[in-house]
Amino acid sequence: MQSFIGVLFDGFAYGMLLFLLSVGLSVTLGMMNFVNLAHCSFAMIGGYVAVVLTNSLGWPFLASLPMAFVAAAAVSVVLERTLYRRLYRSSDLDQCLFTIGVVFVSVAVAAYYFGTVQQPIDTPPYLRGSVELMGVSFAVYRLFLVVTALLITAILIVALEYTRFGAQVRAAVDNQRMARGLGIDVDRAFAITFALGGGLAGLGGALAIEIIGLDHAFAFTYLVYVLIVVAVGGLGSIGGSFLAAAVIGISDMAGKYYFPWLGAFLIYLVMVGLLMWRPAGLFGKR
Amino acid sequence: MASASGHLAAQIRWRWIESAFWLATLLPFVVTPAYLSLASQIAITALFALSLDLILGYAGIVSLGHAAYFGFGAYTAGLLAKHYWGEPLSGLLLAGALTGLVGYATSHIVVRFRHLALIMLTLGLGLLLHEAANSASWLTGGADGLQGVKVAPLLGFRFDLYGRTAYAYSLAVLFLCFLISRRIIHSPFGLALRGIRENLVRMPAIGAPSRAHLRKVYTIAAVMAGMAGALLTHTTSTVSLDTLSFGRSADVLVILILGGAGRLYGGIVGALIYMVARDQFSGINPQYWYFWIGLLLIAVVMFLPNGILGGLGALHKKSR
Amino acid sequence: MTRTLVLAAALAAAFPAYAQQTIKIGLIMPYSGQFADTATQMDNAIKLYVKQKGDAVAGRKIEFVRKDTGGIAPDVAKRLAQELVVRDKVDVLAGFVLTPNALSAGDVSAEAKKFMVVMNAATAIITTKSPYMARTSVTVPQLNETFGAWAAKKGGIKKIYTMVSDYGPGHDAEQSFQRGFKEAGGEIIGSVRFPVANPDFSAFVQRAKDQNPEAIYVWVPGGAQPAAIGKALAERGIDPRKTKILGQGELTEDEARRSMGDTGLGIFTVYHYDHNHGSALNRAFVKAFNAEYGGRNPNIYAIGGCDGMHLIYEALKKTAGKTDGESLIAAAKGMKWESPRGPVSIDPETRDIVQTVYIRRVEKAGGQTVNAEYDKVENVKDPVKARMKK
Repeated sequence: MQSFIGVLFDGFAYGMLLFLLSVGLSVTLGMMNFVNLAHCSFAMIGGYVAVVLTNSLGWPFLASLPMAFVAAAAVSVVLERTLYRRLYRSSDLDQCLFTIGVVFVSVAVAAYYFGTVQQPIDTPPYLRGSVELMGVSFAVYRLFLVVTALLITAILIVALEYTRFGAQVRAAVDNQRMARGLGIDVDRAFAITFALGGGLAGLGGALAIEIIGLDHAFAFTYLVYVLIVVAVGGLGSIGGSFLAAAVIGISDMAGKYYFPWLGAFLIYLVMVGLLMWRPAGLFGKR
Repeated sequence: MASASGHLAAQIRWRWIESAFWLATLLPFVVTPAYLSLASQIAITALFALSLDLILGYAGIVSLGHAAYFGFGAYTAGLLAKHYWGEPLSGLLLAGALTGLVGYATSHIVVRFRHLALIMLTLGLGLLLHEAANSASWLTGGADGLQGVKVAPLLGFRFDLYGRTAYAYSLAVLFLCFLISRRIIHSPFGLALRGIRENLVRMPAIGAPSRAHLRKVYTIAAVMAGMAGALLTHTTSTVSLDTLSFGRSADVLVILILGGAGRLYGGIVGALIYMVARDQFSGINPQYWYFWIGLLLIAVVMFLPNGILGGLGALHKKSR
Repeated sequence: MTRTLVLAAALAAAFPAYAQQTIKIGLIMPYSGQFADTATQMDNAIKLYVKQKGDAVAGRKIEFVRKDTGGIAPDVAKRLAQELVVRDKVDVLAGFVLTPNALSAGDVSAEAKKFMVVMNAATAIITTKSPYMARTSVTVPQLNETFGAWAAKKGGIKKIYTMVSDYGPGHDAEQSFQRGFKEAGGEIIGSVRFPVANPDFSAFVQRAKDQNPEAIYVWVPGGAQPAAIGKALAERGIDPRKTKILGQGELTEDEARRSMGDTGLGIFTVYHYDHNHGSALNRAFVKAFNAEYGGRNPNIYAIGGCDGMHLIYEALKKTAGKTDGESLIAAAKGMKWESPRGPVSIDPETRDIVQTVYIRRVEKAGGQTVNAEYDKVENVKDPVKARMKK
């Protein structure tokens, strides 16, 4: 029983990491139907910023996390204003091709400046090791990750449900044309959402280093997992992303623990099964 | 108003630029004989991209797992060659047929979905097949690839170092499949497919059995992709897991979009431009060539919307 | 066959005489993609060797042609090898980080009769693909079978649980280690394989912990995974000082040790090279490498490249500049030299490398963790091919 709880918790923590990496993409895809395959490049930016600040400039790890968010958000804004907004009317395929080009460029730039080597990160000692609670050992870093993710989820949901801006976002996701017709500045709402989504990806990238590592190819490697969470959760839904990420994280862990020979298959089987049952995603609109 | 058959008859007439293009594909034999291996791999990729165009460009099925059929065909041909059936032509046909069966079976699932669910489903199925092949290393050789693949000479011509047999073989198969695709596209069936792509819901209302049509074209695309895979096995005498990988599916999708989907020649043009660019950039700068490819993709989208052929087509119209 | 010979003769005749002065070496490596770091290290070592020993051998200039495979792509590797031979007219094919690429390029080496030096790819059967191929890196069985035998005999381990990555090299390592361990009288109490692209190891480590093993053997590829599994072991409370943890050298490479911190102390690994090795030759090598490449230490990819270049240079000196495959491989067979890793030689029968295998333990030295040499086994040949001969 105790090992089961341990595995459950680890899976949930992994899921929370996926959630942070994916939530931005889910909302922007749902809002503007803009296929941004370069989403994980923002995560990579956040990761590298955290590495540089913590390792080279000696900043405390916790202080580098908000900077990772800000840096990734800033880059998203610049990218959106200069290049992306010309493509809102383009076909899905063109958006795909363009953003893949952006990924290629970002991976090359990362390789050029940081090299191709794995980036280690100096996490502070109080975040290392594990604690014993009721006979189960919980890794401190994973606890930290779960708490941070839950906090952010709470903030996002409150913002979405109880602020004017959140209402605008929800309206735009539901029916963009109608929202414009009602005088909502959808483009501005989208730009802000895009920046937030990019920022969250950056934060996720920084938090991920301790668990899944960081190298120049990160933008490619994790794209598949992020797409899985977004598709299974449903476009435009924070709750959907949260649930999907949790389900995927837990089933992946539990599967590997109880049926290790199924190890690699499980995450794809879960995705295929869930999508066949609910093609629009768990909380999807269409 | 022109009749449907009149319209089709006009479309299918062979234009001079097409004849010029196909004659030009014979040039590498004479002008660049040291590049025949590259040319043969371009031809194989072009065939693979053409098969994807049938389902994506014409039927609107966006697949991120098309390499499953490519790899299945490659492994079938490889296993045949390993177990003493090394004759290429029969291996090619058998690989194509078996892949077609697999395509037909999966088409029943695939055609029931649209949009993001379809994309992710095809991705998932492709990844599952890749994992299965990795696990079944007793059959596939696993990550090291299939060993002992011995391909017999094609009609008496050995597959040599210079790649002449390889290019002749790949080019011939590409051309044949191209002719077949052309026929399909410029037929009532092809028109129905384009109707389905534009408006899925309305097609049954005018009597077109959309799901059956989609299954048919999906199967044909699977056969062609399988043959492309078999060609790769025969021309290189190797098969390994990367023929089934997500990377290969993603590459062919990028190539098709680059060239222009739904324009018959898009896959071929895309394969040519992408692989030549990659070869040249990689030769100049092996470590960061993808930076330049990324810029190329960005530039194409900015200046030539709907792919190279799409953009050129639009410019052509404007210049009239 | 005659067709090919005639064409080859015609091409050779058309070949301008002055170009015969340079010796061209074609390097095929994954310069881009997820394995790019291995190529960076290998290529850097090659460049350093040329800088130190000069770019001319036997009176002829050495020139390199570099080709990128992008990762595991045997069809591309084969085409690149063909192009290097036919288009660029190289005399030697070298590099080869990944097994599938080395295997397919081996066909080209055999058909074109070109000397080929494998500087990393570690699957045993690779050298059987071409009689003109030599290897200067290591084979997986060479390390792991030796390690298994050592663990049971000198390591004092009776029972062990094994965990490996579920793909070719992982299976290879599992088989070799278990074979060596069992033949020396040990018992395998359980095993598990994890998916190749596995970001999170907790579940598997928990399974291992449930068995309450005396020792655990781990095999993961380099990159992000060593640190990840190291941390997973620590998080689940497995202390290397109580439960012995054994692995191949990737498990405790520099970046992984840094991420694991003190929780990695006491892990035993088997490898053929560490930059910490105390010989004077190695200290000089590491110093030069550090100076040239911004403080980065050489690793197995670098040493494979360095020794590969040494083999090429020495073989060329021995043949006095003759570059055909027959002469070069004959010169390479049986060659012995002192490498920064220790004494090495090329086995005349299998053309594979014979070297010292080191057993190391992670210890603290000068405030940092290092792979301290604990024991060694000398003159180890590849056991798989040795058995094939019988």
